[in-house]
Amino acid sequence: MTCRRKWIQISIIAAIMLVLPFFFPSGYYYRVGALVFVNALSVVGLVILVGYAGQISLGHAGFAGIGAYACALAPTHLGLHPAVAILLGALISAALALLIGRPILRLKGYYLGVATLGFGILVSMVLSNERALTGGPDGMSVPDLGLRSLLRDMGWRISGGEFWYGLNAVVLLIGIWIALNLYQSATGRAMRALHGSEVAAQTVGIDVPRIKLQAFVISAVYASVAGSLLALQNGFITPEVAGFMHSVEMVTMAVLGGVGSVLGATLGAAILTLLPQVLTVFAEYEQLVLGLIMVLVMIFLPRGLLPSIVAKLRGRGE
Amino acid sequence: MSILEVKGLGISFGGLRAVNDVSFAVKPGEIVSVIGPNGAGKTTLFNMISGVYMPGVGQVFLEGQDITARAPYLLARQGLTRTFQNLQIFQEMTVLENVIAGFHLTERGPIWADLLSWPSARKRAGEVRNGAYELLTRVRLEKAAEEEAGNLSYGALKRLEIARALAMSPKVLLLDEPAAGCNAVETEEIDALIAELAASGIAILLVEHDMKMVMRISNHIVVLDHGEKIAEGTPTEVSRNPDVIAAYLGSEEETAHADG
Repeated sequence: MTCRRKWIQISIIAAIMLVLPFFFPSGYYYRVGALVFVNALSVVGLVILVGYAGQISLGHAGFAGIGAYACALAPTHLGLHPAVAILLGALISAALALLIGRPILRLKGYYLGVATLGFGILVSMVLSNERALTGGPDGMSVPDLGLRSLLRDMGWRISGGEFWYGLNAVVLLIGIWIALNLYQSATGRAMRALHGSEVAAQTVGIDVPRIKLQAFVISAVYASVAGSLLALQNGFITPEVAGFMHSVEMVTMAVLGGVGSVLGATLGAAILTLLPQVLTVFAEYEQLVLGLIMVLVMIFLPRGLLPSIVAKLRGRGE
Repeated sequence: MSILEVKGLGISFGGLRAVNDVSFAVKPGEIVSVIGPNGAGKTTLFNMISGVYMPGVGQVFLEGQDITARAPYLLARQGLTRTFQNLQIFQEMTVLENVIAGFHLTERGPIWADLLSWPSARKRAGEVRNGAYELLTRVRLEKAAEEEAGNLSYGALKRLEIARALAMSPKVLLLDEPAAGCNAVETEEIDALIAELAASGIAILLVEHDMKMVMRISNHIVVLDHGEKIAEGTPTEVSRNPDVIAAYLGSEEETAHADG
């Protein structure tokens, strides 16, 4: 992918982000948009791990949980500013990913899936059971980021929805930019190479365990930052953020959109975040529909929505 | 002075001695071929030298240094690489990207620079891109540069694999059946390419079934049968060796039976 294509992709998403609010029937949709961007951020991280490096994680919500609770706990207990708490959460997630990634990334396929699943469940159990600290399953409140009041002081009055829509959009764009940079870099190419053939990757001097670990840590940081933003924008957080269903949602979004494509992953996140909003009936059957979508995509569009559409269009063009 | 030296190498799989006490040496610019009937242990020998299998006994020396059972990526960093009998291509990457991936050791830098697309990272990428194009031209795949590697023909993929291996400027190159599945024209091309590489000073260790090719380009031949080295020498010496003839005639009779 050339540099030009990278900027075209980023411009398309930025343009959509800018134009969309003109069609919002009410201020509520800023909130929905902000949620789409947060989910897309963690899915873009997953694309790096799953799409680039070919490693599965069924426990990435664990890192989202760490990011979320860092923002809930660090300001009250350590007196840190919530913005600094985002960085702290990312740092803890990265350190933890480094620690657990070393042993579990030796595993392949299902085994890696189960090991990461175990990690996710562990985090969500700790968050549920440490009542004294986290308030248990009932969750806990998260302090305000404080940026909006800063803007107000500067004479810029915007609603909470508008603020989070804007902030998350900017963070997501940065996340996409970094993921696309990685794609066309030596490290990203090494990730995609070991995805194709580990043994061949080694013969060109690629340190396979190290590159896998880098992908794991980077994607953990994405999930952590997304978790932090989610906690801050909701002002409240429960252990569900680290739960198994959240991990499955992330993977489904990635697979639906196209796990090898950053743009596709964003699309997948948008669709699966919007569906329950559009079809309220969907909420009760969420898990059922998630499963169904997963099965259908795997059968009919194994490369995901966006890459399949692009391939179809190209095929027609030739 | 030999660059690659194999001393008493052997390995057993569950009691079966796949390779037993094999020794030989390769000098820079020399083409050494390992031949033998099917199942003689040629690929197993390759896997031990290239660090894929850990040898049960024996040692491998690269430039005088003991490299026995060292991880393949470390061997690559010391200048030893290989191609595979069953192709190992990065299927979902473009042809050009496959070769660029071969430049990993030249291109890699700090990861933060890669994540931020820092000028230094872009500079590294730009430099190896030109090198990759040159290599593709050398194996006559420059027109397919932007195609997805998975779409290429078998013979083209064989050449791509060699181009990728060359990207890391190896001192020792192990080629496992580079001409397998190629037609006569493609075989001749690969033939010429290998001779050219050796002339540029690369030590080449070759496993190949095409005897005409082996006899034509090898400086030295090592013959394996049932995991043992039964003969060694120049193509002329080896082709006159009674043990070699017996091993090959035996196997040809078996094939004739199998075909009949």
